[in-house]
Amino acid sequence: MPAISFQSVSKSYPSPRGPNGSTFLALDNVQLDIEEGEFFGLLGPNGAGKTTMISILAGLTRATSGRVTVLGHDVQTDYAQARRKLGIVPQELVFDPFFNVREALRFQSGYFGITHNDAWIDELLESLGLADKAGANMRQLSGGMKRRMLVAQALVHKPPVIVLDEPTAGVDVELRQTLWHFIASLNKQGHTVLLTTHYLEEAEALCGRIAMLKSGRIVALDRTTDLLKAASGNVLRFKTTGELPAALAARARVTGTVVQLPAHNALEIEQYLAAVRESGLTVEDVEMRKADLEDVFIDIMNRHVPAKSGGAVL
Amino acid sequence: MTGWKALFYKEVWRFWKVGFQTVAAPVLTAMMYLLIFGHVLEDHVKVYDAIGYTAFLIPGLVMMSVLQNAFANSSSSLIQSKIMGNLVFLLLTPLSHWSWFVAYVGSSIVRGLVVGLGVLLVAAWFAPLAYAAPLWIIVFAVLGASLMGALGLIAGLWAEKFDQLAAFQNFVIMPMTFLSGVFYSIHSLPAFWQSVSHLNPFFYMIDGFRFGFFGVSDVSPWLSLGVVGTALTVVSLVAMQLLRTGYKIRS
Repeated sequence: MPAISFQSVSKSYPSPRGPNGSTFLALDNVQLDIEEGEFFGLLGPNGAGKTTMISILAGLTRATSGRVTVLGHDVQTDYAQARRKLGIVPQELVFDPFFNVREALRFQSGYFGITHNDAWIDELLESLGLADKAGANMRQLSGGMKRRMLVAQALVHKPPVIVLDEPTAGVDVELRQTLWHFIASLNKQGHTVLLTTHYLEEAEALCGRIAMLKSGRIVALDRTTDLLKAASGNVLRFKTTGELPAALAARARVTGTVVQLPAHNALEIEQYLAAVRESGLTVEDVEMRKADLEDVFIDIMNRHVPAKSGGAVL
Repeated sequence: MTGWKALFYKEVWRFWKVGFQTVAAPVLTAMMYLLIFGHVLEDHVKVYDAIGYTAFLIPGLVMMSVLQNAFANSSSSLIQSKIMGNLVFLLLTPLSHWSWFVAYVGSSIVRGLVVGLGVLLVAAWFAPLAYAAPLWIIVFAVLGASLMGALGLIAGLWAEKFDQLAAFQNFVIMPMTFLSGVFYSIHSLPAFWQSVSHLNPFFYMIDGFRFGFFGVSDVSPWLSLGVVGTALTVVSLVAMQLLRTGYKIRS
């Protein structure tokens, strides 16, 4: 039985911009099974439908058609069981200003019918580096602490399936390490983890399998290693301050002065270098490296121009 | 502990933590009404024989405080959670719409009764009070608080901004409370306004509650019980339906 199963799930919203009665298709017939124990990454640009998928999974939004289950429990008809199995870390940094950290976690346990949960609450606080903040009011916590508190709140009922919706946005490097160490250890213990993130190097390092979403459709779904293998293989990287010729600019990933170009074979590299030479650009630090997930991501996103219906106003 | 108890406890704890604002302030407000109106009108207004105006006013003020605070509890808690975004912590739980209803209305009853008791205790210094039928006092206080707690739930779900909630409070709740006979007997009104008052469920809550103190009222307490009971049933059914369908909280 899959830990999470999306079965032909579509979601349309009334379109704010289109003519009256038109709809915006946020998810288009999404089919996805995530097996128990997986560390699964859901990637996609802003507006691709990642948060809509998670909202449907959480029961915050209803699918227009299709069915979603958590360990076999339908998120609509059997919502109580589905939500007991599910721990969701929301993307928004929200908190209840009336309570301190321990109170908030005790209430959250109580909503799931769990009393005397202090041993687990202490363990959570310890693992997330919040032990000395147990008595602090939520308002006194820094952004990073509030973010970790969201993780603690999602885990108070020891859910077998954990969903993290961009959990490291705005979190510094050290805290990110603490968080990933903790989540990875939960995954080793058998918890299923579904992660959405914009940090592709995190997804590459952590996720066993990855789905890429664009305009409400899954455009890639494979093991992370296979996605990397299937990619172009190498990347030509150099620095330049000049303007790239149009032929290169279309294919390049440019970060400041750093230009990276997917290279499938030696001929392609030669062509790139010839184009650079002809345009009279001064280049430095030329090197070749293996393609990473970001290259794969950009390649896949460029290959899939928005389909007629997906993400479009109908 | 079942889920609703945790939510109920959280909601009670929430208002108690800011008790200065949620309990002490409304008690002080009621005292101001009592001081001013009681002092000014004591020798001019006689509603029932053998009952001074200040004594007449006290049950009305107590009930008004019960009703307004019960409403304020559920409505303000919900709108704050919606605007802060922390309602998501509840939406992610397996709590049923029953649990939400019982916890929000239950905590509203507690706040209404705590404030009402506070007003009563302080007001008792101003005028001697009779307690002719204490059971009616309790029944109307609890039913009135439940009705207003449920109405607050509906308003809290419906409102998207604080000013919408304030509009509901100022243009619906306040006029209905003031036109319910808190400060006067409706028999002192012209015939037309007497008929209008009979359409106001708040009138029956206040009148039935006052009967518990003096054993006299404008209408039979059984009629008041019937009206309040019916209004409570209707409002509760609407609130439950809104919770069940996730009105404005699930899309």
